[in-house]
This record gives sequence, structure tokens and C-alpha cells, in this order.
Amino acid sequence: MDLFMVVSLILIIAMLIAALVAAESRDLISAAIAMGVVSLIASILFYMLQAPDVAITEASIGAGLSLAIMIFAIKHTVRWEK
Amino acid sequence: MIPYYYIASIALIALGFYIVIAKKNLIKIIIGLDMMDTGVNLLLISIGYVKGGTAPIENGNYPIYVDPIPQALVLTAIVIGVSVMALALSIAIGLYKNTGTVEIDEIRRLRE
Amino acid sequence: MKRAVAAILAILIFIVLGLAFAKIPFGNVNLEDYHYYNPIQDKQTSDSVPAHYLKEGKNETGSTNIVTAVVVDYRGFDTLGEVTVLFLASTGVGSVMYIFEKEKRRKVRRANAVVETASKLLFGFIILFGAYIFVHGHLTPGGGFPGGAVIASSFLLLYLAYPKFHAEHKSLNVAESLAGLTFVGVGLIGLLVASYFLYNFLPFGLPTYLFSAGVIPIIYVAVGVKVGSELTGIVDAMMGVRE
Repeated sequence: MDLFMVVSLILIIAMLIAALVAAESRDLISAAIAMGVVSLIASILFYMLQAPDVAITEASIGAGLSLAIMIFAIKHTVRWEK
Repeated sequence: MIPYYYIASIALIALGFYIVIAKKNLIKIIIGLDMMDTGVNLLLISIGYVKGGTAPIENGNYPIYVDPIPQALVLTAIVIGVSVMALALSIAIGLYKNTGTVEIDEIRRLRE
Repeated sequence: MKRAVAAILAILIFIVLGLAFAKIPFGNVNLEDYHYYNPIQDKQTSDSVPAHYLKEGKNETGSTNIVTAVVVDYRGFDTLGEVTVLFLASTGVGSVMYIFEKEKRRKVRRANAVVETASKLLFGFIILFGAYIFVHGHLTPGGGFPGGAVIASSFLLLYLAYPKFHAEHKSLNVAESLAGLTFVGVGLIGLLVASYFLYNFLPFGLPTYLFSAGVIPIIYVAVGVKVGSELTGIVDAMMGVRE
């Protein structure tokens, strides 16, 4: 149990909780925001796995552009899942 | 030692697969595909990790580096993933403009 | 019923993938000591591909960042294919959204003064940061793909702050076509000089200097401009027609 493992386990548990929220939420906007949280934590994990190039890309695309595009799409359609 | 990074990324892949199979809302299905994408990227990067290694940028005095090839593959896969997701979302919007719904059950009923 | 079947299938996939990856060690590999079976020479060799890239990458390509060396030089043709996929997806989004958004014009409220002023001030700095990321792609982490994404997010900021803003389609097209032509043109010059595509024909220079690594910075700047204009086009199409 070193520091790397403790921080990784905390981040992984937070990421899986956010993924469960994205799976089960009936509000599509909160599902999209939970998906953005999953991407953001994944980018921190990429940085901890010594992949800074991938971490920059995932932080700007997964948590920024992807979330914005998804929210535009939800604004064009319906917000609540039946 | 338990490879917890593999377990986390495989859990993301399985959860995304569950969303794609079980949910009936098109946008929710696209969220599931995005989640599978993130899981696969995390799996590839964690296979390339070397304990005690540093990022593959030549700095002259540190001899151990992590594997650069999965990083190069994932770098392009992320950008491709977001553009394909935008294409899928625009097709879903087009379906909504034509049929008035994004639930696949109701779209299937409209055909009859 | 359907949810139960889906849950069982997902658990099955979890178990199967977990068993498949259980034998791969996490973090305990030494890239120098990989022993691959080489079917051509019919023996175990120790010179693995990542070890070769890490050992010889700086001498063979002149780039300090080995990931950039792999993306642009060793697998440059693959990157050309990826950029083409991105172009096709962007075209598809534009055409699909154009058909369905032509007649509808929405009224959007103005954002408040703080947001408008701050985004006007920040816009230039974010573009400068994106350009910094892709110009220094061969020296520091980053490169054309993240730099292009940062430039697209600066345009996204303007779209969110100004309801009437929309990017000039003509200049986006010109930037994107010029970037693609630069990529293919540099590759063709390499074909003329040394008889294979994307040959690194310029002198490498001193490593860790900005003007080094031959054609890699040129190609990465082209990729950055191309990715930035395509992602801006996708954001523009997804926002729809605004009045």
C-alpha cells in the first residue's frame, strides 16, 4: 500500500460511482455531466500512469468539448428519459 | 498484487455495454458508447505502464521510461471518439426532428 | 426482463475480459528484457519495438518527445488516415445538421456583461495557448491533437458568450484545406527526395531546440490547425442556426 495505490484506488472508486450515476440517472443532463466527471478522473489517472500527452487531450476533449456537444444535443431533443 | 487499473477499466467497459443493451433512449445509448471508449483507452494506457518509469520524453539522466506505443494510439483514438460521437448525436437529432421522439421503442412502433 | 439479461451479459463480459487480462502483469515489465518470439528468424529476440523506439527515437527522428516521434514519424501514414476519418465525421455532422436546422431560428438571451468582457479578453490567450501546445509538440507533452482541441474550446467560449456569434465558414474551410494540403505536400516531397512517403528530409538540428526534428513541427502545426478547424465546425453545426 504505497501512496500511488491509495490515490489510485480513491480516484477509481469515485470514477465508478460517477459511471453508475451516468448509467442510472433519468435526467439526461445530469448523466452527461457525470460522464464528464468520468472523463476528468480518467485524465487524472492517465497523468498518474505517466501519459501527459493523453492526459492533456482527454482533459480538453472528454471533459470540455464532448460535454458541450452532448448538452447541445440534449437541448435539441428531450431532457428526460422515459 | 491485484491489478486494480485493469479491473476499473473492464468495469467501465461492462457498464457501457449494459447501458447499450438495456436502455431505450438513443442519447443514453450514445453515453454508454462513450463510456466504453473511455474504458478501452484506460485499459491500453495501463497495459503500457512500467513501475518507476517516467513519461517517454527524453531527458538524458533517467533510464526507465513507460511504453510509448499505447500512448500514441490512444492520443488519436480520443479525438476520433469525440467526432464519431458528434456524428451519432447529430443523427439522433435528425431522427427526433422527423419522428418527435428518441425512444427506440416508439420509433419502432411508428414504422408499423 | 431485458435489464436482467443485459446485466447477466455485462457480468459475463466482465468475467471473460478479466480472465483474458489476468496474466498480463501490471507495471512489472522491463521493456529492455522483453523476450519476443520472432517467427521470421525462429528464435527469441530481446529487441522489442518500444525498446527500439526509446533507444533510437531521438537519433532517428530528432524529436525529444517519443510519443510525437511515433505519431508523426514512425506511424505518420496512420495519422493521415485518422485525420481523414475526422474530416469525414465533421462533414457528416455538418450535412446532417444543415438539413434539419435550416428553417428554425431560435431567440437566445444575451449573457451578462461580465461574461461577455471576460470571454473577449480570454479568447486570444486560449488560442495562444493552443498554438503553444502544438508548436512545441516535439519537445514537451502535447501536440497537434490537444492543441486543436484547445483552439476549438476557445471558439466554444465565444459561442456560449455571444448569442449571435458564428464562425466564418469560408475561413474555416480555407484553414482546413491548407492544413491538409501541407500534410500531403510534405509527404510527397519526402516521396520525391527519398522514395518513401513522409520521409524526414530536413536537417534534424540540435535536440531540445525549437527548430529541430526536421518536418515533425511542420506536420504537427498542420494537424493542429486541421483538428482545430474541424472541431470548431462540429461545434458550429451542433449549436444550430442562431438569430
